[in-house]
Amino acid sequence: MVAQEFHGHAAPQGFIRKYVFSLDHKVIGMQYYFLALTAVFVGMFLSLLMRIHLIWPSASLPLIGEIKPETYLSLLTMHGTIMVFFVLTTAPQSGFGNYFLPIQIGAPDMAFPVLNMLSFWTTFVAYLVMLSAFFVVGGAPLHGWTGYAPLSALQSSGPGEGLGADLWIISIALFCIASLMGALNFITTTLDMRAKGMTLMRMPLTCWSWFITAILGLLAFGVLLSAGILLLMDRNFGTSFFVPLGTVNGQLTGHKGGSPLLWQHLFWFFGHPEVYIAILPGMGVASQLLSTFSRKPIFGYKAMVYAMLAIGLLGFMVWGHHMFMSGMSPYSAFAFSVMTMAIGVPSAIKTFNWLGTLWGGRIRLSSPMLFAIGFVSLFVSGGISGPFLAQPVLDIQLHDTYFVPAHFHLIMGVAAIFGIFAATYYWFPKMFGRMMNETLARWHFWFSFIGTYAIFMPMHYLGMAGHPRRYSQLTEVSYLKPLMPLQKFITYAAFVTIAGQLIFLWNLFSSMRSGKKATDNPWEATTLEWTTTTPPPHDNFGGHTPVVHNGPYEYGVPGAPRDYVMQNDPATVATH
Amino acid sequence: MGFVLLAVIWLITLISTYFFIAKTWWLPAGASAAAASIDHQFAVTFVLMGVIFVAAQMALGYLVWRYRANGSTGRASYSHGNTKLEIIWTTLTIILFVGLNLIGSPIWAAERFRPAVGNATRVEVTGMQFAWYFRYPGPDGKFGTTRPELVDPSSGGEAALGLDPKDPASKDDIVTGIMEVPVNREVEVILRAHDVIHSFFVPAMRFKQDAVPGLAIHMHFTPTEVGSYEIACAELCGLGHYKMHGILKVVSQSEFDEWIAAHEADKQQQQ
Repeated sequence: MVAQEFHGHAAPQGFIRKYVFSLDHKVIGMQYYFLALTAVFVGMFLSLLMRIHLIWPSASLPLIGEIKPETYLSLLTMHGTIMVFFVLTTAPQSGFGNYFLPIQIGAPDMAFPVLNMLSFWTTFVAYLVMLSAFFVVGGAPLHGWTGYAPLSALQSSGPGEGLGADLWIISIALFCIASLMGALNFITTTLDMRAKGMTLMRMPLTCWSWFITAILGLLAFGVLLSAGILLLMDRNFGTSFFVPLGTVNGQLTGHKGGSPLLWQHLFWFFGHPEVYIAILPGMGVASQLLSTFSRKPIFGYKAMVYAMLAIGLLGFMVWGHHMFMSGMSPYSAFAFSVMTMAIGVPSAIKTFNWLGTLWGGRIRLSSPMLFAIGFVSLFVSGGISGPFLAQPVLDIQLHDTYFVPAHFHLIMGVAAIFGIFAATYYWFPKMFGRMMNETLARWHFWFSFIGTYAIFMPMHYLGMAGHPRRYSQLTEVSYLKPLMPLQKFITYAAFVTIAGQLIFLWNLFSSMRSGKKATDNPWEATTLEWTTTTPPPHDNFGGHTPVVHNGPYEYGVPGAPRDYVMQNDPATVATH
Repeated sequence: MGFVLLAVIWLITLISTYFFIAKTWWLPAGASAAAASIDHQFAVTFVLMGVIFVAAQMALGYLVWRYRANGSTGRASYSHGNTKLEIIWTTLTIILFVGLNLIGSPIWAAERFRPAVGNATRVEVTGMQFAWYFRYPGPDGKFGTTRPELVDPSSGGEAALGLDPKDPASKDDIVTGIMEVPVNREVEVILRAHDVIHSFFVPAMRFKQDAVPGLAIHMHFTPTEVGSYEIACAELCGLGHYKMHGILKVVSQSEFDEWIAAHEADKQQQQ
């Protein structure tokens, strides 16, 4: 083990090196977390504006004015992009992964601290570039977060497709570079920095999820980076990778010979693994918390690991299910459909095992556990619409309707967000040395859980009725008119749910200042982060490296003095 | 707390399921030959997934309530899992998911693996920001050449498609703003787009296909009910995406013949 010879870097002095350009994985993790926190509120605000516009299309809002159809599409594009990249990819993996992967495997830091710092600051620049797209002439792009060419490739195809679209691509390219650096770091750290006794099969499932997510990121972000560069060239340097001979409003575009489907293949080759990048860490956190708060070992540890590996592997073979209606060969649709159904199997195994973990437990319903249970419920609800969309024959009706946003918001949007909330309530005491307010946390849970269902369940009904997504106004197509009451209900539900998130914000910041002091192991958990002080010292374990004797989920062990046995407890649990 | 959680999870599950079962908002009535089999596949999937959805949520709510700690002492049962159970539910899931896929495949094959029949009504559908144009080949059965450099949307009709008047095959081509087809006869649709990707979606026909610049995509469907149906664009195509809609009129064969003959006469008069 390399970790034994690793001396780490000395604790930094001075504000800049300690909190700004820090090499400490814990500080970098928090930097990522707070970047994602600002991003999630920006993204949520954009969705609120969209919901308002949908039901009051001519309303004039203070400061913003009237939302025009193209503005709506800019909001939609930026909502999706900011949420997917700067929230769902950033918080669970780069945020919590950075902070807790080294501690959970017993390492003093990530393998490459400088690379780690560089990757955060590159992400930060990418975020600023993304936000700047709002403020240039023409505004933010309107091509959606999927950026389908030729809409995204032609400056003349609409407002926002000028400088705004270039900034959007540059931001994503920077984000890809940052993610590639992060992925290398996570993989190296997991393979080389584990403490003595921390075999792969003794790693907490959170570490497995971060490790597998990093591998997905390494393979997926490179493809998106290349696609983004090609798109930038099509837009600015006269190439025609994605644009065939054609006209916009009667004017020849000057391109010929390109393939719009090539963009979709490249984008979704990244885009499908990306949904697992967003959700795998949530699965890891849910597994960790369900076991800890049920006071019971995780049901089928090995099955959980193999299921995540299978999801990672199959995740690269299903991108075509986004393209059943694209003009791709119908024979390949058949193949992609079979692979997509296959990926449902490991997802179902995970659900069974989570329920199996609850079975026979002594469940403590603390706030982290509430969100972990919420995660399972949302994962089931979002997952169950997968086998509909995985069948090309049903996609004839459902593709590009509200059924799709219903599906992905539940499973990769809010389920992953519930994973982030669960992780926040769970690890906050370790990160800040104080407890969060439990009453406020419960209120936050009820608002979020019920609100989420109220927003996204009705979208299935809209989709079945044939309501296309990405419509800025519902006044033109007459069969949409009877669906207006559902749209209104969704907007009202969004208001309430978003208001509930302010409880979280208040709880987070007020608990940092004045929360109850936390002990080193307030949840009576077993993994290594709970063996060190709260908050952990600069080198994580105060000058020594832990030695691991046990598996990560030894709860309720018969004959042990307490109902849990820490991973570094020398009284090895025989059965594992 | 455990009981409240159970109640909330169960209620959400039951209310959501109610609106599915009551079909308060459901697929629009189908009016094409494929609608029945597609809707049947939807229903089969709905029943199977619905049962799993309800069972899993009910179990989640029940387990959380049944095994809540409730302040009492004592330990959880110590178990790392059960390999036999894992194998059983993995196998069952594989059979269910792959089986569902296999029973749906023949419908997909019927829709997409074969070309249109020889006597189908042929209509070329062209999408451009933000309108649909429909072209019929006329008595010669041939579509005339179109040229991008001739495209002039502001003049509408044939000019919007860039139809080349020098091509003899274009002499009898008819371009319309609504799509009219005869009932109970297969329609061959040739989908094109000028500028960006559009998607031709007719919910009542259970028909959807992207129109992609640079491609001519051949598809087919058979309308079975006379009536007027809405066409909506289903692929984000720019700021007017929401208003890019059209009308598909399904009429009797004789009415269609009259309609096309009238257009043909108009066209010959103009020339």
